[in-house]
Amino acid sequence: MRVHAKRAGALVGGLMLPTLSMADWTVNMTPGVTGTSNEIFSLHMTILWICVVIGVVVFGVMFWSIFAHRKSQGHKPANFHENTVVEILWTIIPFVILVVMAIPATATLVDMYDTSEADVDIKITGYQWKWQYEYLDEEFGYFSNLATPPDQINNRQNKGENYLLEVDNPLIVPVGKKIRLLLTANDVIHSWWVPDFGVKKDAIPGFINEAWTRVDEPGIYRGQCTELCGKNHGFMPVVVKAVPEAEYNTWVAEQKAAAEKERELTQKDWTMAELMARGEKSYQTNCAACHQPDGSGAPPAFPALKGSPIATGDMAAHIDIVVHGKSGTAMQAFGGQLSEVDLAAIITFERNAWGNNTGDMVTPKQIFDYKNQQ
Amino acid sequence: MSAVADTHTQEHHHGPAKGISRWLLTTNHKDIGTMYLVFSFAMFLLGGCMAMVIRAELFQPGLQIVQPEFFNQMTTMHGLIMVFGAVMPAFVGLANWMLPLMIGAPDMALPRMNNWSFWLLPCAFLILVSTLFMEGGAPNFGWTFYAPLSTTYGPPSTTFFIFAVHIMGISSIMGAINVIATILNLRAPGMTLMKMPLFVWTWLITAFLLIAVMPVLAGVVTMMLMDINFGTSFFDASGGGDPVLFQHVFWFFGHPEVYIMILPAFGAVSHIIPAFSRKPLFGYASMVYAVGAIALLSFIVWAHHMFTVGVPLAGQLFFMYATMLIAVPTGVKVFNWVATMFRGSLSFEAPMLFAVAFVILFTIGGFSGLMLAIAPSDFQYHDTYFVVAHFHYVLVPGAIFGIFASAYFWLPKWTGHMYDETLAKTHFWLSFIGMNLAFFPMHFLGLAGMPRRIPDYALQFADFNMVSSVGAFMFGATQLLFLFIVVKCVRGGKAAEAKPWDGAEGLEWTVPSPAPYHTFATPPEVK
Repeated sequence: MRVHAKRAGALVGGLMLPTLSMADWTVNMTPGVTGTSNEIFSLHMTILWICVVIGVVVFGVMFWSIFAHRKSQGHKPANFHENTVVEILWTIIPFVILVVMAIPATATLVDMYDTSEADVDIKITGYQWKWQYEYLDEEFGYFSNLATPPDQINNRQNKGENYLLEVDNPLIVPVGKKIRLLLTANDVIHSWWVPDFGVKKDAIPGFINEAWTRVDEPGIYRGQCTELCGKNHGFMPVVVKAVPEAEYNTWVAEQKAAAEKERELTQKDWTMAELMARGEKSYQTNCAACHQPDGSGAPPAFPALKGSPIATGDMAAHIDIVVHGKSGTAMQAFGGQLSEVDLAAIITFERNAWGNNTGDMVTPKQIFDYKNQQ
Repeated sequence: MSAVADTHTQEHHHGPAKGISRWLLTTNHKDIGTMYLVFSFAMFLLGGCMAMVIRAELFQPGLQIVQPEFFNQMTTMHGLIMVFGAVMPAFVGLANWMLPLMIGAPDMALPRMNNWSFWLLPCAFLILVSTLFMEGGAPNFGWTFYAPLSTTYGPPSTTFFIFAVHIMGISSIMGAINVIATILNLRAPGMTLMKMPLFVWTWLITAFLLIAVMPVLAGVVTMMLMDINFGTSFFDASGGGDPVLFQHVFWFFGHPEVYIMILPAFGAVSHIIPAFSRKPLFGYASMVYAVGAIALLSFIVWAHHMFTVGVPLAGQLFFMYATMLIAVPTGVKVFNWVATMFRGSLSFEAPMLFAVAFVILFTIGGFSGLMLAIAPSDFQYHDTYFVVAHFHYVLVPGAIFGIFASAYFWLPKWTGHMYDETLAKTHFWLSFIGMNLAFFPMHFLGLAGMPRRIPDYALQFADFNMVSSVGAFMFGATQLLFLFIVVKCVRGGKAAEAKPWDGAEGLEWTVPSPAPYHTFATPPEVK
């Protein structure tokens, strides 16, 4: 049946859309790569076939009536109605089918809720519009942003193979280990979903949800945020890379070293040019989604920074709003999200880019002192 | 009755008023029913235009026509307008027209309130639609308006949206009170509860659902209003609140709401199928009990919309089992409709075509509903296009086809003319094909992993989205044909007999067509 559907689809596709003939016509869920996703897949197929069988019987009787019992063919109506036995039968039979269906569903659900005895704990925080991954046992973490260039989204460039499903830093997990995911959010509700794992859980601000997965095959798995979270809800993908344990351990060691090095950078003496270069890069990653790459913003929700009173006025106020955010608006507190170096670089960049030529320079040390004096 | 002159003066004093005051000040159930139906069709076209914008943007991957901010406003307003502006008022319109005619009453029990509950609606929608022109744009947080996206992070127009919802709620509650008062007090002598037509039964139960849940909706938007403007923290964790509380309260309203939108259609279809099968409904009593059971169960299944928010295991299991149970009474209804058709003498005029399509396609929506009820599988389906396919299958060929079937069924009674059967059949077939083309591929998109409410998508979803958009354009354009058919029927056509359908039953067919401005001044006797 699937093969036929695919052929029919390919035929229609070939006729209608020669340019898109590469795209696929998948019509069903895929079994995925974890025990959970396989169990879900088999539940899905079971209930689907139950529905198909019921549908064939019910619609069969109906179509038989439609074809055989037509007035135009001179069929005279029978006059039977009200039959308690029949009514009881077609109440009880569906009930029994449902009970049979509920048993495996319950077993799978109980298993999905068992988050005990995990090997690796990862905290996932949803932000508008990116994910933060923190490895709780290893004391490092990072953000994962959409890597698809805006030119592809705005049709100025051909779309890549993983259009909208690619990130700068994927979540890295070891294969064969039970991984516990602790999910929360910083602003609005997000939902973290990787179809191949059968894991979807809401990330809710102020609360922590738990989920777990064990990936058995190395590979790259892609998903998306599945709870409407504002403007760029469609642009915050989830990418997970499952690697063999040895490779995972090497990667963790590198990350820990890099995190240590980053902390040392705070003490370094930075030049204006260095800060501007780093600031531009960090700005595009962290700020441009709202304030736009050219600083023009999208008022009234997202004010322009180009020529804005904050970016060209008192420096302390500028540092304050970036570090602490502005309550009641979409402006987040970046103090906990970004390193001192990035904060200093971004503020320096904002005060000198797009004609905001204030000539001010903020150093990582200033940010560090500002945070500590609070 | 005694003299010709008497009848003349009666008509003079009791006919409709002239000009605009006929519509502004009317307390006549037929006029108010007409206004509800016209209003709901206008909203159907407006909400439909928004759907066209959505489908145009989704025609191809990439951003072409609108920006994500505006796309989110379109999905939100499309949902709100279709639910509160198109489907609900259409059923209230049908209730106004048909309930008094079906139970042999001269009018609704509370005619002045009836006028008021209609005229609140245009006000509410004027406010809602005006948000599109406000700074910051219209509501953009989905028709389910989850906090804190709709509170802390909502646009400034959210307060206007809340006010509009309050007004709609007042209108619905007053409409529901009127329906209950009419059905319980104004039935013709001899019409016991278990002799009431099914449309009356389903509306009675719907009205109780409305009274039970519209105040809950009013409560949840009031809590939002407080959070936004008065510094409370119902839904804000940093002030001790809980964003998930919003979802519990919203869906306690939201789930019965979906039955509010389908039960009256169940009732109408239960008249139309026997009429065109020329055979009595197979199980009247079990149909009544099934509707009652569905209404009761609808109060204990709300968290099946929230399987991924982290409900504890015990709660998850309870809501899964309760939701699966709804399949039982729903199945009873479908089996009864099929048993009614079985060995009847069937003919397929437009009302029957829409009614049969209703049974088939609503059942398909029911099947996907059963799949969604299985909590572990729901983790994969939740918030994907599979859900979008599911609720459009129960709402478009469910509620909307039910409304079209009713409209064609009773148009001869309302206008005194037969509608153009060929055009009506064309309307049906184009709607049927367009609707399936638009919504069936969405099942595949959801199963392949496409989330809902996104303005742009990955390349593997491109082909089915294009098919879906083509179907949606076809369905949308076809609805202009319905407008043409109705206008044509109002202006003229073959004169309709008092009972234009040979198999139809009920008091409404005992009055002439068109139904006089005042009917059943003397109650009929029901044996």
